[in-house]
Amino acid sequence: MEDLRAASPTVVVVEDEPQIRRFVRTGLEAEGCHVVEAGTGERGLVETGTRKPDLVILDLGLPDRDGVDVVRDLRSWSTVPILILSARVDETDKVAALDAGADDYLTKPFGVAELLARVRALMRRTRMAGGEGPLIAFGEITVDLARRQVIRDGSEVHLTPIEYRLLALLIANAGRVLTHRQLLREVWGPSHAEDTHYLRVYMTGLRRKLEMNPAQPRHIRTESGVGYRFVLDT
Amino acid sequence: MADTRPDPDALLARIESDAERARQGKLRVFFGACPGVGKTYAMLNAARALRDQGADVVVGVVETHGRSETAQLLKGLELLPPRVVAYQGRELREFDLDAALARKPALILVDELAHSNVAGSRHPKRWQDVEELLAAGIDVWTTVNVQHLESLNDIVGGITGIQVRETLPDRVFEQADEVALVDLPPDELLQRMKEGKVYLPQQAERAIRNFFRKGNLIALRELALRRTADRVDAQMREYRSDQAISEVWEAKERLLVCLGPGAGGDRLVRAAARLAGNLHADWIAVYVETPRLQRLSETNRDKILRTLALARELGAETATLAGQEDAQTLLTYAVSRNVSKLVVGKSLRTGLSRMLRAPLSDRLSLLAEDVDVYVVAHEAEAPAAGKALSEPFTLDREPVPRTRWQGYVWAGGICAFATAVSQAVTPWFDLANIIMFYLLGVVGVAVRYGRGPAILASFLSVLAFDFFFVPPKLTFSVDDTRHLFTFAIMLAVALTISNVAAGLRYQTRIALYRERRTRALNELGRELAGALLPENIVDMSRHHLEGLFQCQVCILLPDAQEKLYSPMLLPEHKELPLDTAIAQWVYDHQQPAGLGTQSLPGAPMYYLPLKAPMRTRGVLALLPSQKRLLFQPEQARLLETFAAQIALALERVHYVEVAQEALVRMESERLRNGLLSALSHDLRTPLTVLAGLADSLPLAGPPLPPAQAEIAQAIRAESLRTSTLVSNLLDMTRLQEGHIQLKREWQPLEEVLGAALQTLAIPLARHEVHVDLPADLPLLEFDSVLMERVFCNLLENAAKYTPAGSRIEIGARNEGDTVAIIVADDGPGLPPGREESLFEKFTRGQDESAVTGVGLGLAIVRAIVQAHKGTVRAENRPEGGARFVITLPTGDPPAIPLEA
Repeated sequence: MEDLRAASPTVVVVEDEPQIRRFVRTGLEAEGCHVVEAGTGERGLVETGTRKPDLVILDLGLPDRDGVDVVRDLRSWSTVPILILSARVDETDKVAALDAGADDYLTKPFGVAELLARVRALMRRTRMAGGEGPLIAFGEITVDLARRQVIRDGSEVHLTPIEYRLLALLIANAGRVLTHRQLLREVWGPSHAEDTHYLRVYMTGLRRKLEMNPAQPRHIRTESGVGYRFVLDT
Repeated sequence: MADTRPDPDALLARIESDAERARQGKLRVFFGACPGVGKTYAMLNAARALRDQGADVVVGVVETHGRSETAQLLKGLELLPPRVVAYQGRELREFDLDAALARKPALILVDELAHSNVAGSRHPKRWQDVEELLAAGIDVWTTVNVQHLESLNDIVGGITGIQVRETLPDRVFEQADEVALVDLPPDELLQRMKEGKVYLPQQAERAIRNFFRKGNLIALRELALRRTADRVDAQMREYRSDQAISEVWEAKERLLVCLGPGAGGDRLVRAAARLAGNLHADWIAVYVETPRLQRLSETNRDKILRTLALARELGAETATLAGQEDAQTLLTYAVSRNVSKLVVGKSLRTGLSRMLRAPLSDRLSLLAEDVDVYVVAHEAEAPAAGKALSEPFTLDREPVPRTRWQGYVWAGGICAFATAVSQAVTPWFDLANIIMFYLLGVVGVAVRYGRGPAILASFLSVLAFDFFFVPPKLTFSVDDTRHLFTFAIMLAVALTISNVAAGLRYQTRIALYRERRTRALNELGRELAGALLPENIVDMSRHHLEGLFQCQVCILLPDAQEKLYSPMLLPEHKELPLDTAIAQWVYDHQQPAGLGTQSLPGAPMYYLPLKAPMRTRGVLALLPSQKRLLFQPEQARLLETFAAQIALALERVHYVEVAQEALVRMESERLRNGLLSALSHDLRTPLTVLAGLADSLPLAGPPLPPAQAEIAQAIRAESLRTSTLVSNLLDMTRLQEGHIQLKREWQPLEEVLGAALQTLAIPLARHEVHVDLPADLPLLEFDSVLMERVFCNLLENAAKYTPAGSRIEIGARNEGDTVAIIVADDGPGLPPGREESLFEKFTRGQDESAVTGVGLGLAIVRAIVQAHKGTVRAENRPEGGARFVITLPTGDPPAIPLEA
């Protein structure tokens, strides 16, 4: 059963523009997905409730409902991965949607290849959820989650407690976008949710310890104005 | 503890005055006891020394008085040519203020600060020229003799017996930044005189020889030394208060000097000025107009007004009070103004008159409980003192009030009428009742015609009563001597009634006047409150002012270039002797000028700046039909109040306009923003569709032949580029409006660079990118999304305009207040000479080149960097290639708590 679903995952596309729905469907179907289209937020919620999809692609600029609201609604009863589509002007909406529990975003205009890459990453996350062992490897780094050890080229890298907590959080959410607020709340606590400079300084420190070229990071990537994305393999 | 803190208001005032001073030129006074001590010589010597150090020194005016030593010193100094003025057939050489202002040297020497300018100059006094030089930021050195100080004028006159006419307000001397005392012992000075080294005009030699007696010289020297010592003392005190060393926390003193009709008012004012100066107190000069004083001759009243003007010049606030009784009125006023010391002149009355009416000083002492009363000795006034005053105007006489003689005729008539009535009723009434008829008559006369006719009526009544009713009738002789007593009582009662009734009449007049004034103010205030346009205000104000001050009025308002214009030029305005140059000067300098003032007193009109809290709003020009209606202290104050109200109304209207504009701007802003996002959505959605559809074309069916796949790719690329162009255009529009909301956060530069390089990974794939940031680079405060745009645009340009394999270097360095970020490449470089114009919109480095783009990238870069208060410039590297340098302010980065 598990394998069958994985072979033909269902994706609900909530988007009011039919032409966008069309090319998204073409792309997804070429990837072997089963696509359900919804033109409004309400319709999208209904489809998600009945079809139990593996992924929801949600446009933020819907005619009937606020996209962020739809995310909140969805998250109250489902853990399905959500990929947001947004125009560049909706900067704050995008962050709000991610804060509300969306997993990733794409800014219009986007290419089909880009879309499919994101979709694959999110699907893999679901498949792998809880499945990976205590050893995580990326680049030259191996992280032993059980022993809280970080090894680089065979020797141990010393991380401060906060740095380790950050890294663990990033690994647990690999492939997703984590907003500044989410990271700050998890690591520093709710009272520091606005102190983005703490986060940025520690992220820089982490990159210097883990990245080959900290100025051009491959794993701990910055999403300007939004947050960070941890990428295991590039 | 708290007492040692400096007063915040005082501190603020000092900071403001310091700031004012910093803009102003510095005044240095070479101060001496008398002519001949070598002030000019010392000044020129010091100026030469400064000139030799390379300072820009100009001699504005220096009197050599034919002394060769002094003339020698002038050689080699730049001399400002004098202004030659023809005056009464002679050619006078005067200091040329305008030439000095135009030349604008660092330092100018202007000899003889107390000098009076020839009639027709801009200012009557040279010290006013100097004030204008200082205001223009030019340093001035000058010379002053002790006898020229206004407050010491009478003392020097007393010592030497010579009245000096050229005087200088003490404040000018007080406000000098430096005073250098030039001192010469009297014996040496006399020796120099014998040797002919001191200039003496031929004609007045004798008088002046008298002046240079050794005793005089010693006394003058002492005065000069003491004055300088006072100044040093004051500086010391100011320093102490600056450093808040002062332990004493005292309320500021306020002094009230009461001017009377007697002689010696000027002396009293000068004494009060000195006292106030010593006490560092504010002072007020008042004149109480009691009914008694109301009857003074016009000459005397003018004298009092002149004395008030002198007091104003010496720094006093002045007021005219009206009341029945001087002592009480004074005290009430003193209490209301928080006055701690009263200064009055010593009464000259002796003997009987002194017994009948105690002198003011005595009455004040009796009434005043917590106010000190100072009595200043009167002396016969030096005859020249009145003329020495620099009061530039004399008040016109009040028109003779309603013909007086009519009152006297009526006094006689009413007595006759009383007599007739008494005759008629005499059979039924006795004498006591008849007296009442007469008294009634006196009351009537007093109320209607005032004191003089009432007194006449009193006497006539007594005489008529004696003549017609007291036996023996029809003679003035009296049978019963007891009737003499009756006459005395009757006269006394009649006179008292006259007095009281006349006083009442006067009070009524004052009350009426006040009421009229208050009403006028209220009316103006009410009307101005409803005004919506400056033109309304001008019209209303003119209407009110013309009625109240009986003058012709013109109000000038500034245009956008701060030049004055008359918003409503009526035909009669053309005939006004309005001088716009004076009005402009008044507007620029924010002080009154023209008729009755210290600046250009020869002009026929009076110009008053309309000062509102924020700034001057215009100039009020008045052509009075009678000067006294404008310059009597009460009227002058009323005029000032009017001016303030008008200015306030103009300011209010101005801000209403500003608010309306802001509202309109906000509304159009909202509209435009709505339009922009709608446009952005409507343009971007089809482009997204286009790109997406082209992209999915190969996926939709069987694989495309290579040629078609290529076309699909081209469609995709073009629509993506068009989408970028749309974004750029919209962003540029937003940025240009200057209303983009920056989401500034403190962050490391490294992070945003990383994001930009990530975004441009594909275009930069064929280039070699090197990032070299110092490890200790501080956090910077910027909007990460916009700053990523900046680096994306710069890097994209670098990728676009350099051949594959070129090296792109990104570096940064901390420069203290700023951080410089450099993006450099080793490509072909920028077109020489066009580095700056690249940042303009729709400008491209290579015209019509094969590389696509519309030239918005760098314009956006500059707009974003400037929104962050930074700068960006482009240049060619000496070793080849282009370099872009962005500087951002460092600011004050927050501390990050480190982990233990």
